Amino acid sequence: MTTLFDQLTARGRVALGLFALALLAVPFFADGYLISVITLVLWFAYVGQAWNVMMGFAGQLSLGHSLYVGLGAYASAALFVHFGVGPWAGVWLGMLAATLAGAIIGTLGFRFAIRGVHFALLTIAFAEFTRIAFDHIGWLGGSGGFFLPVGDAAGANPFDLRGSPALFYYVILALTFGALALCRRLLHSRIGYFWLAIREDQEAAQAVGIDVFRAKLIAVMISAAMTSLGGVFYAFFYNNLFPEQIFSVGRSIELILAPVIGGIGTLFGPIFGAFILTPLAELVTWGVESAGLDMPGIKQIFYGLALVAIVVYRPEGVWPWVARHLRLVHQPGDQPSHRAGDRP
Amino acid sequence: MMLTIEGLDLLYGDAQALDDVSLDVPEGAVTAIIGANGAGKTSLIRTVSGILRPARGSIRFEGREIAGLPSHTVCDLGIGQVAEGRQVFPTMTVRENLEMGAVIPRARERAKANLERMLVLFPRLGERLRQAAGTLSGGEQQMLAIGRCLMGEPRVILFDEPSLGLAPAVVQELFRIIKRLRDEGMTIVLVEQNVAASLHLAATAHVLEQGRIVLSGTGPELLDNPKVQEAYLGL
Repeated sequence: MTTLFDQLTARGRVALGLFALALLAVPFFADGYLISVITLVLWFAYVGQAWNVMMGFAGQLSLGHSLYVGLGAYASAALFVHFGVGPWAGVWLGMLAATLAGAIIGTLGFRFAIRGVHFALLTIAFAEFTRIAFDHIGWLGGSGGFFLPVGDAAGANPFDLRGSPALFYYVILALTFGALALCRRLLHSRIGYFWLAIREDQEAAQAVGIDVFRAKLIAVMISAAMTSLGGVFYAFFYNNLFPEQIFSVGRSIELILAPVIGGIGTLFGPIFGAFILTPLAELVTWGVESAGLDMPGIKQIFYGLALVAIVVYRPEGVWPWVARHLRLVHQPGDQPSHRAGDRP
Repeated sequence: MMLTIEGLDLLYGDAQALDDVSLDVPEGAVTAIIGANGAGKTSLIRTVSGILRPARGSIRFEGREIAGLPSHTVCDLGIGQVAEGRQVFPTMTVRENLEMGAVIPRARERAKANLERMLVLFPRLGERLRQAAGTLSGGEQQMLAIGRCLMGEPRVILFDEPSLGLAPAVVQELFRIIKRLRDEGMTIVLVEQNVAASLHLAATAHVLEQGRIVLSGTGPELLDNPKVQEAYLGL
């Protein structure tokens, strides 16, 4: 429970505060490239946290979260392009669509007791056939792509989410910390305990009278809604949407890397994971390029190796290990230890 | 009757786990279910508690039909269970485990008072409130599972193999607790491999074989029954 609830020590609180301050200051000293890299890092930190609600908190593996990214992105972009509705209004439609999709997948999966790998396959299937469907929706550009008018990169129009890289940076920073606050709240709420119970022992959770179906469905819906918000950001940041890219299985995998590497089920794991992974991947790409080598896909190979290393050496993720060693969280030893003598 | 089960059939695909099971559970007494592994004892418990859905038949609890209701509803009506294999939540503390027992609406408001009651009933749990449940000994985990069940203020407790894998001294303590619950008026359904001990406690008992009830009687009657003696008591 200690690592799960991330009970921060005084030292941990200071570290978190400094980290937040440093992030707030980034646009004042960083160049455009660095800002764009950290924006990407924060995006993965954000959607990683969203995925973590479903997998890390409620124990339900989704390998199709690109579905919710895509629904949020297309819903808000369509409202903006076709009806001139800004993203902060469009985001509600995106969240509604994603939440509905999550509810359908969750209902199918949990009602028919589809568990584990089979449930994950169901999530992939939904993302895949949505991708194929969007390839054929002419109103949304089909497979040729859907484009948002590029805004004035020097200005700042937060209401339409048009403006400078710094604006986007602060928006995703706010989303990341907002998600952290929400996740913390969820974990300490009644539903957070229900999820933990289900994750530890679903049958015991049933035995104590937890409505397991409902609790799992809520996790999927919250996770989907949060993820779709990441999709809205994606649409307005990149200004172009291709079903091939946004709904791809590759994206689904990419966005679970940060929480897997940082630590599934922990509060800071997804953020920590994103901050290790994306910069390292950028570094590897840069290194390969500056060595004059042409190696397309080197980033994916790096991601694969990182994943293998984590699964083999730190299956619980890097964050719990770092937090323990730097004493950022309270140690399990703070609690009275078990007296081994009275085992039967 | 507290519980009345009639003509219960349970299917796992083509396999029939329960075949026309009928039995009554009188109030304030122990009803023992005995039988070999795979006879359908656990299936019966899980069907009554709403985890499995019967293909046919009726389960009435205090006159109300509960067959096919979801498990959380059944639990909230007052049917508690102590499942096989001491299903505690291992990384939660002892206190959190006990609190999880009181999440159902029927018991939520009195969780605090009930927690105090559990600490009197199981003093050893009181010493370990802040400890992770997974670090408890097998016997302590079983006590915790019982305490967690009692936190839900059940009217009936379904015990599924509570003595499985426990040391003999702990088994004795366990049966003392079950006896004490009975003496306080709790209605108990006891599925046990420890046939002699459970028949001694039971007012009525039923022998399950391949999903069918083949023999019923009072506890003493079954203790004296030569078939039971041969098959389950090793006499």
